[in-house]
Amino acid sequence: MRRVRERRLPIPRFLQRFLAYRAGLAAGAYVALLTLVAIVTFFLTGIDPHHITDNAMVAPSGSHLLGTDELGRDLLTGILWGSQVSLAVGVSAAVGATVLGVLLGAAAGFYGGWLDLAVMRIAEMFQVVPSFILAAVIVALSGTGLTQVVAVIVLLAWPQIARITRGEVMRVKQLEFVDAVRCLGKKEWQILASEVVPNAMAPVLAAGTLVVAQAILLEASLSFLGLSSADIVSWGRMLNAGQRFLFNAWWMSVFPGLAIFLTVLAFNLLGDAVGSALNPRTITR
Amino acid sequence: MTRAAMDEPILRLEGISKTFRRAGHAPLKAVDNVSLTVGRGEIVALVGESGSGKSTLGRIALGLLAPDSGRVALDGRVLGELKSEELRRARVAMQPIFQDASSSLNPRRSARELMAQALPNAGAATDRRAAELLDRVGLSPGRDYLPRFPHEISGGQRQRLAIARALAMNPRLIIADEPLSGADVSIRGQILNLLLDIKEERGVAYLMITHDISIARHFADRVAVMQRGVIVETGPAAQVLTAPSHPYTQQLVAAVPELAPPESTGTAA
Amino acid sequence: MANILEIESLRLAYRTRGTVAYAMNDVTLHVAEGEAVGLVGESGSGKSTLARATLGLAPRKIATIESGRISIGGTDVTRFDEDQWQAMRGNPVAMVFQDPLSYMNPVMRVGKQIAESVKQHAPGLQPAARVAELLSLVKLPPTAADAYPHELSGGMRQRALLAVALGCGPKLLVADEPTTALDVTTQAEILALIRELRERLGMALLLISHDLGIVASACERIYVMYAGHTVEWGATRDVFQRPAHPYTVGLLKAAQAARNNEGRFATIAGDPPNLSELSTGCPFTPRCPLVREECPKAMPAPGPARNAGAQTLRCWAHQ
Repeated sequence: MRRVRERRLPIPRFLQRFLAYRAGLAAGAYVALLTLVAIVTFFLTGIDPHHITDNAMVAPSGSHLLGTDELGRDLLTGILWGSQVSLAVGVSAAVGATVLGVLLGAAAGFYGGWLDLAVMRIAEMFQVVPSFILAAVIVALSGTGLTQVVAVIVLLAWPQIARITRGEVMRVKQLEFVDAVRCLGKKEWQILASEVVPNAMAPVLAAGTLVVAQAILLEASLSFLGLSSADIVSWGRMLNAGQRFLFNAWWMSVFPGLAIFLTVLAFNLLGDAVGSALNPRTITR
Repeated sequence: MTRAAMDEPILRLEGISKTFRRAGHAPLKAVDNVSLTVGRGEIVALVGESGSGKSTLGRIALGLLAPDSGRVALDGRVLGELKSEELRRARVAMQPIFQDASSSLNPRRSARELMAQALPNAGAATDRRAAELLDRVGLSPGRDYLPRFPHEISGGQRQRLAIARALAMNPRLIIADEPLSGADVSIRGQILNLLLDIKEERGVAYLMITHDISIARHFADRVAVMQRGVIVETGPAAQVLTAPSHPYTQQLVAAVPELAPPESTGTAA
Repeated sequence: MANILEIESLRLAYRTRGTVAYAMNDVTLHVAEGEAVGLVGESGSGKSTLARATLGLAPRKIATIESGRISIGGTDVTRFDEDQWQAMRGNPVAMVFQDPLSYMNPVMRVGKQIAESVKQHAPGLQPAARVAELLSLVKLPPTAADAYPHELSGGMRQRALLAVALGCGPKLLVADEPTTALDVTTQAEILALIRELRERLGMALLLISHDLGIVASACERIYVMYAGHTVEWGATRDVFQRPAHPYTVGLLKAAQAARNNEGRFATIAGDPPNLSELSTGCPFTPRCPLVREECPKAMPAPGPARNAGAQTLRCWAHQ
């Protein structure tokens, strides 16, 4: 009773197996909630995270659940608003890195030769550059801001996507169905786009989800170092502000830190679950 | 297309050689100066053991692998002399059938999509034509099979689907590489009969690459026996595989287990 | 003569989330001491599940024996747990598989692997001498002891796996498609070797294959399996020369790959069975040319064949 090695995954079965990963499910619920918060706060006009009150640096209490910062701004409001930046930066950086990585990795893996050599050497260059040096260079050239942060993350993350895509494309391109389609008289680029890449995407999407986590962390680090602009409400900036008062107002560091930790953890778990659920080889366990 | 004389074979392989070189390994001479023809409407079996180079020769014939030297002529046109665009158009006249249809059909595509890849896009007419072809290969009613995915049908049905798609290109030559190895004994006859029917209806020629001596003997008109990259014996299938003259063919034929039960083996017990 | 292996009306189901597959539905089979028995079936017949069940290797998490009995050397092993099975594996029952590479340790030299199996089953013996003896028994050169499995050819690997199995001193060797991955000439060598080993060592053989020619050449008695049922069994000569069950008749015709008067190949109509449906009737009914009214309702009891040899079969047409 040999099983089929590769199968198409109809959505219900994908969902079925995805749900089997409880950690993935919890992470998915968390991410959904976070997305909802980001959307709601984006459209909510009545409350302002920059609103300054007289109660500076009060500990968590009934009126300020997570306390306030040195200017009297409510931390809970700030953290809820900060989800916008984390998600926007994380998702757009992940999409950017995945698109760039898939394009370059697929071309390198499919056509091979000098193109492969060139793409992989460039990828290596980006992987060995320390992230903060790259960030500093970009900020120095074009100033601070979220766009710059996203650009830095895309440049840092595409090589890992490209590597995975290249490996998968090299595996898929030697499968028989590719030769069968070639004999139907299709053009090479058509074969790459419609036969090879779709069958190579499962591990790539999983890695792409992990990039979201990396991006959120990196955005927080860059903001923490003051490399994003000052009027943006982000968890990293809040953490940065809090560290000066670590001994008098622990909540100013702990809660933004916790938000970053939970979100990064959730995207990591989600990435693992996506990878396992999309992987046809885990069907027969 | 028709400028070639009618006595020109559909496939002519001349002096084909191919050596595989891998870093750290001795070069492997997979095919060594092999010549072989397949006539119009003829069934030729290419028989050999694993590592004999028969599958490599098949891939070279299909234009999927470039030979180091030698010429592949399809219907009188030398493939190596065509520009890549011309090659792409010319080679649809020959279609492959592979051993395992679960790997020769994209697992993400339904029968409808798989068929549509081989048919000119004409909306509803494409579906009708696809259903007709599925009917023809015994997947009937064809319409019911259109939404199915390869993993949703049995192995024998998958091989029929692969054959239907190959037929959509109106091939003059089908190169089948071990098309029955994945199929159960009880299914083999169905597939072989289908291939015979198609040959009679359309005058398709076959190059059947196989390790199975009995199938080669009964299915093919002519056989070529390959050993370590060289064709050691060719001739009418019935003759070569019943009364072989080359020692290797003799060894090969003798090794096939006979279906007649042995005389009392007199074992210890 | 005592039976080394006895299987009676065995039913084994694989259950995974929401799906059931009756890999064995009603299997009855025995192997006498020193006897060579063949088991023939196509994909989905349950023959490989049977092979695994004789060593307690059916995956425990999903496989359950729902009814019937297996006994080995007179011991009922139907409800054995993993520890009890450990004591049975290798001796009295050893197994060789289609793909030796996945059953050998890739990073251990062949000689060491044979020595391990010798040490486990005969601790007093000097392994080195026994390893040399086993290598010559399977006709491998002494130098093969220093090779890693991947350095050997397919045929040599199967010989090495045989040496590992023989190191345990089995009374019954179960061989599951041992030559399917090999070329015909190598296959002939391995089959000749198995025959010779059996005669020298007096061990019983259960040879499982989809290839009727292989079984015919190596076995005294054979069983034919279809969709989890043993449908016909008896002396090889009787079953192959005068087959009675319509499935066996069709299978033999198909295996000969000869063309009939119209130039067509013999076939069995239809597709292989679906194991997820447990039918009470004969599973061959949808493909059978001799269908009767009783066929879809119940499976007949084993009985003698009409106008055939001395075999036993389960078929309404012969009741």
